[in-house]
Amino acid sequence: METATKSTDYALAPINKNLAAEQKIRLLRDMLRIRRFEQKALADYQKQGRMGGFMHLYIGQESIATGVCSLMGDHDHVITAYRCHGHALAVGMTMNECMAELYGKVTGCSKGKGGSMHFFAPDKNYWGGHGIVGGQTPLGLGLAYGLKYKGLKGAALCFLGDGAVNQGCFYESLNMASLFDLPVIYVIENNKYSMGTSMERSSVVKKCLAERGEAFSVEWAQANGEDLYEVRAVTQKAIERAHNESKPMILEFDTYRYYGHSVADSKHKGGYRPEEEIEKYKTQHDPIQLFKRRLIGEGVLTQEQFDEISEAAKDEAAASAQFAEESPLPTDANIFEDVYFEVDRQTEAGRTGKHFFHD
Amino acid sequence: MALIEYRDALNQAFAEEIERDPNVVLIGEEVAQYDGAYKVTKGLWKKYGDKRIVDTPISEAAFIGMGIGASMLGLRPVMELMFWSFATVAYDQIVNNAAQIRYMSGGLINCPIVIRGPANGGTSVGATHSHCPENWFAAVPGLKVVNAATPYDAKGLMKSAIRDNDPVLFMESTLLYGEKGEVPEEEYVIPLGKADVKRVGTDISIIGHGRPILAALKAAELLEAEHDIHAEVIDLRSIRPLDEEAIFASVRKTHRAIYVEENKPFCGIGAQVSSMIMEKCFDDLDAPVLRVTSLDAPAIYSPKVETRQLPSAHDIIKKVLSIC
Repeated sequence: METATKSTDYALAPINKNLAAEQKIRLLRDMLRIRRFEQKALADYQKQGRMGGFMHLYIGQESIATGVCSLMGDHDHVITAYRCHGHALAVGMTMNECMAELYGKVTGCSKGKGGSMHFFAPDKNYWGGHGIVGGQTPLGLGLAYGLKYKGLKGAALCFLGDGAVNQGCFYESLNMASLFDLPVIYVIENNKYSMGTSMERSSVVKKCLAERGEAFSVEWAQANGEDLYEVRAVTQKAIERAHNESKPMILEFDTYRYYGHSVADSKHKGGYRPEEEIEKYKTQHDPIQLFKRRLIGEGVLTQEQFDEISEAAKDEAAASAQFAEESPLPTDANIFEDVYFEVDRQTEAGRTGKHFFHD
Repeated sequence: MALIEYRDALNQAFAEEIERDPNVVLIGEEVAQYDGAYKVTKGLWKKYGDKRIVDTPISEAAFIGMGIGASMLGLRPVMELMFWSFATVAYDQIVNNAAQIRYMSGGLINCPIVIRGPANGGTSVGATHSHCPENWFAAVPGLKVVNAATPYDAKGLMKSAIRDNDPVLFMESTLLYGEKGEVPEEEYVIPLGKADVKRVGTDISIIGHGRPILAALKAAELLEAEHDIHAEVIDLRSIRPLDEEAIFASVRKTHRAIYVEENKPFCGIGAQVSSMIMEKCFDDLDAPVLRVTSLDAPAIYSPKVETRQLPSAHDIIKKVLSIC
């Protein structure tokens, strides 16, 4: 992604060609909603006492979650790591439940028990939000296993970062995915830095990271993640393959995060990466600006419309913060709920024996 | 009742649950075509085929994680670890994923998985293969830990474990697989969280879990014959959930207690149970609660010495006599 010039025009790919104007605008809106949500979340994080812990911002990468999740059918499932806000909104979770989770409120998607890294919505086929680098890759394998076992035509889309590719369980998972012909698609979002360590300093790379799939006879593709059309076109092929042939695949999307690894990352600007690099991506490779320009060029969007959508997303984010602010905290009694299914449901098993060992 | 081996009792439990619920699937190393490293799954692949009995590569992190992911979609995977000692390579999946997924999703997701296999020393396989990790995992809220000492308990508890909607870690013993015991022909289940009074007594409560329960029963026999001491033997069977009432009721009757386990002493199950007895039965006690555990060092290889590292009937008798 050194340049925005395209050799292939992915707007012409079948999955994009037939998009109606309102569908294209919807995709743009989805990206803008992620950005405005996170900008508001960051602003509120910086106000002392509202939120705690880590917050890994997705800003700069919105085209990937938006593009991939826009293709999900009834039996397609998504799971990702801790940079999970974008995927959550992309699968249709509301800003209210997400913002309230960041605030640690009982109205949050995980009732204030998960926090920034642990958003879930199984009703939307969204299985988190996982905090341990690479730890979600066997779970993605398991979702694919479950789909195949049940005879459902679906795919498990398992996101991971460029840092996660060096975890052992990822390779064990690739081997098993290939061995068992499981419909899992590993989507590497390569933002070039695993925390403060550049890809060059953390990974042995020949062509790209996805190429490592070769060792397991797993098909792979590398693509430009800044282009929403390209993300959709490449992912659609992988999904079709998973559906029709029950085969795994690795996709690698080049992308960039504008903020640090997390909000606690003080060295991201001018430390382990030059400020000019960040500026270059912001000005030349921003997925929202690029898609906006395309849509204006296609005549389906005006600058005024864009501003309206952007303002509406900002208002929605502000309202979600107000909702979060006004929501109640979990109670002390809530701490012991959602630990054991059987206890929560007060089944016979849940009523037998001592499950908790505090006073 | 039929007299069958512990491994066959488990085998029956698997077969019955596979037939009862189409979502039950057995997954692990050598469980299918090889018939199980210890023949616990013998004949099941032949009978139920590739879909229900699945061999995996040696990739504990991935296949345990795969089972967890599949359980989130409603499967009931029964995952074999050839040794519970190998849980170390799947620790992240068990402790961070299986145990926490329900909590961190605010109760939206549950994980009805069973992870099972032998957890014992005494077979001269050295420290890496001899761990008894029930205390590692019982310390994690969200997990359940079960430890069966007899064929009857193994079958009944396994059936409950498979039907349970939370992650259950089921610990067996290679030294118990060949032990025989009576198992009813008709179907039965044993609830998790219910201890079993294996021998009734009045003078001291020998409480424990797992294979050392057999040593406790032998010790109780000798204590009665040689010292006129009537020991009660309580087998917890399930460590988490824990049947505290059974423990307290026995101690209130006998006024003395010893905990027996193959775990190491530091933060072992006996440490937890002793603390609970001290808290709830302080005035009932006529002596301090003592513990008989494995000796507190890595499992030694030397075959004749290793047996001395594990709790024996002799060790139990010695401790009992020191407070009776």
